[in-house]
Amino acid sequence: MNQGIDITLKVWRQKGPGDKGGFEAYHAGNISTDMSFLEMIDVVNEQLTRDGKDPIAFDHDCREGICGMCGAVVNGRPHGPEKGTTLCQLHMRHFSSGDTLVIEPWRARAFPVIKDLVVDRSGFDQIIIAGGYISVNTGGAPDANAIPVAQEVAERAMDAAACIGCGACVAACPNASAMLFVGAKISQLALLPHGRPEAARRALAMVRKMDALCFGNCSNERECEAECPKEISIANIARMNREFFKAGLFSATR
Amino acid sequence: MELDARIPSGALSEKWDKHRFALKLVNPANKRKYEVIVVGTGLAGGSAAASLAELGYYVKNFCIQDSPRRAHSIAAQGGINAAKNYQNDGDSIWRLFYDTIKGGDFRSREANVYRLAQVSNHIIDQCVAQGVPFAREYGGLLANRSFGGAQVSRTFYARGQTGQQLLLGAYGSLMRQVGTGRVTMFARREMLDLVVVSGQARGIVVRNLVSGEIERHAADAVVLCTGGYGNVFYLSTNAMASNVSATYRAYKKGAYFANPCYTQIHPTCIPVHGTYQSKLTLMSESLRNDGRVWVPRQPGDRRPANQIPESERDYYLERKYPSFGNLVPRDVASRNAKAQCDAGKGVGETGYAVYLDFADAIRRDGKEVIAQKYGNLFQMYEKITASNPYEQPMMIYPASHYVMGGLWVDYNLMSTLPGLFVLGEANFSDHGANRLGASALMQGLADGYFIIPYTIGGYLAAMDRPEVAPDHPAFKEAVHYVTERTEKLLSIDGKRTVDDFHRELGHILWEYCGMSRNDDGLLKAKEMIRQLRGEFWENAVVPGSDKDFNQSLERAGRVADFLEFAELLVTDAYTRRESCGGHFNEAFQTEENEALRDDENFCHVAAWEYKGDDKEPERHAEPLVFENVQLTQRSYK
Repeated sequence: MNQGIDITLKVWRQKGPGDKGGFEAYHAGNISTDMSFLEMIDVVNEQLTRDGKDPIAFDHDCREGICGMCGAVVNGRPHGPEKGTTLCQLHMRHFSSGDTLVIEPWRARAFPVIKDLVVDRSGFDQIIIAGGYISVNTGGAPDANAIPVAQEVAERAMDAAACIGCGACVAACPNASAMLFVGAKISQLALLPHGRPEAARRALAMVRKMDALCFGNCSNERECEAECPKEISIANIARMNREFFKAGLFSATR
Repeated sequence: MELDARIPSGALSEKWDKHRFALKLVNPANKRKYEVIVVGTGLAGGSAAASLAELGYYVKNFCIQDSPRRAHSIAAQGGINAAKNYQNDGDSIWRLFYDTIKGGDFRSREANVYRLAQVSNHIIDQCVAQGVPFAREYGGLLANRSFGGAQVSRTFYARGQTGQQLLLGAYGSLMRQVGTGRVTMFARREMLDLVVVSGQARGIVVRNLVSGEIERHAADAVVLCTGGYGNVFYLSTNAMASNVSATYRAYKKGAYFANPCYTQIHPTCIPVHGTYQSKLTLMSESLRNDGRVWVPRQPGDRRPANQIPESERDYYLERKYPSFGNLVPRDVASRNAKAQCDAGKGVGETGYAVYLDFADAIRRDGKEVIAQKYGNLFQMYEKITASNPYEQPMMIYPASHYVMGGLWVDYNLMSTLPGLFVLGEANFSDHGANRLGASALMQGLADGYFIIPYTIGGYLAAMDRPEVAPDHPAFKEAVHYVTERTEKLLSIDGKRTVDDFHRELGHILWEYCGMSRNDDGLLKAKEMIRQLRGEFWENAVVPGSDKDFNQSLERAGRVADFLEFAELLVTDAYTRRESCGGHFNEAFQTEENEALRDDENFCHVAAWEYKGDDKEPERHAEPLVFENVQLTQRSYK
């Protein structure tokens, strides 16, 4: 069961935003199939460090698929080949000895590379700043049970709220669109009665911000949905579009 | 220095109310003149930064990740407690207070814990108003589930992602304040030192993790919300970047460190599988609602689980603790799992695991109901282990998860350094020697939303402060210290990687200062830590430069601090001559092998004062006074 596998890595190395960057090949030998993908990179990095070379920079933190910090494109697929899985939860048992894995950072105009596999995703924060919240100050909230929410509505809101903001949707999309990310947040808050008062303003502000940050448009490729590690549905993009049109045509805040 | 917890007088239920009236207020127009630094953006930091900005303060907020939404609070799975009593099952503020005090093995302050129970209900209200999609019943009202250490259903949850949803709620509020300009967000920054001027905390020195630049930030007060030090064990359920550095640097600048030996080993984690493992994954305690813990009755029984008949299984928690059964508190469940494995009854490849079995629950409620409750946890388990928990029992083993110890704070959540406030897991205040499940989220948000907004105002209004700018000599000194240390780390030029040192440190602590401790082991551990620390500064290899993005350097700094802090942890464990909660010294146990407290001599908080690198720290004691609860031997039978 713990028979090690031998893998060749071709990793994107780029010193900084100004550097041109390129692929470098590394050998990962005797890798336990119980290891996660990031643990495999740890092993390669330990060796590079001992050899006096610069280890591969990559973002990661919780390593249990929830913080959204990690992510890289593996053989052309964000977070690798397994469905509904972040890179940190991808295990080496899904690969075989002799495989060559090409590892690249998210590639999008709105996500500039910082170093190697690390990119700048602050655009996502900017979009949330534009309106991805309900404007309630601390204190003074009514009793939590004051407004009932139908269970299926709460569940759908939760489906959308499961987004971890990793950016795989942008990396997967040929247009580098952020619509799955934006649609998920708009949907979560538009579905809940607590979020309705600001729904129109929120939809307009977030979509405009997304456009201003050079994220692309949706052309129904559905790559985002296929690669999303939390399996967020593109129905959320449809809901975002409805909220956006409704706000643009009928709301007082347009 | 005398430790004064500044607990208000009067009846327990009136203390917080009276205290809020007694605290001085800052005029709304003056609040914008005050600058507050908040380090960390988890549940405590995010909620504090947002709430302080809403009040009108100017806040500078720092986080180590690329976005404030990624703080490790996000990984909390199971839920958040509140005394709403929506289930009509006998809950009350008093009961939540009592359960928490008892769960902490009577080593926390009555006044703090009562206040926590009081504000718990407001937290749920606040989160729902923010759009947190808590689980609901068909009628549209909020659902609850049970957690360890309680016999009522008071835990609110959002599937197995409660921490994520609460954090995103706080993050939304925080981002709204960034939009108004009252919060300036500094992501990818690591705090490397605290700046103290005339005895008051007045700023921090941080490293910009992208450019490598050392930055100075001055303020009227500093709020640390930098989480716990569970990663001192190397393998833990904490995120990779979780570290002790911020609180440890504050300790070296004069803040006392309280009860570092109170560490929580969580009973239900996925067992260790190999040397290169980088972290352990928690399986939420909520699983113990429906999962039954068992081992084979016969030591060395290697048959697969489904071939062991009922009569040859030992459901040891149900057997030993009939009234709480599988829902005993974490420390009790962990020690029992260890005892079973030490007796040779452990299962799995390594023999260091016990079963958590859902077969009965699936038979009773159907697969669909179980999937709705725990689906994402089952999925996570299967991804990691390649074993399907709907068909085979899970295998679990305890792992380092949370720390009750932290910087000492008074009732206002202020440390022994005036102007330095500490919230959430980073402080020591509310969980005593053991934290109950679903109480960390409650405490983090209580501190940030409902306590610091009042107490910081009281401090700012009452204290005079000189003008301090970032060119003050104290900043220069801190920058000098930080730069020198960084240069030293980069110039060691040894052979062994930083991770390798960290791994060995973790082994030492897990072996000698983990679930079960004894005097010989603790003394041995102290010596081993000293040796390892000596070797680190001679033989570590830290590649790269300090002028750019250098994750090896970041890790080296954190491990260097862990190597110092570990000794304090062991010293604290050695000097507490009793067992309580998560601290179990084998010399002090009841006939039934439960933790045996010494209330006569150790009913106090141990707060450690830094005395210099080559000197032993000084131990101060804050007596714990119980006026409202009777100290008893904890029993979950």
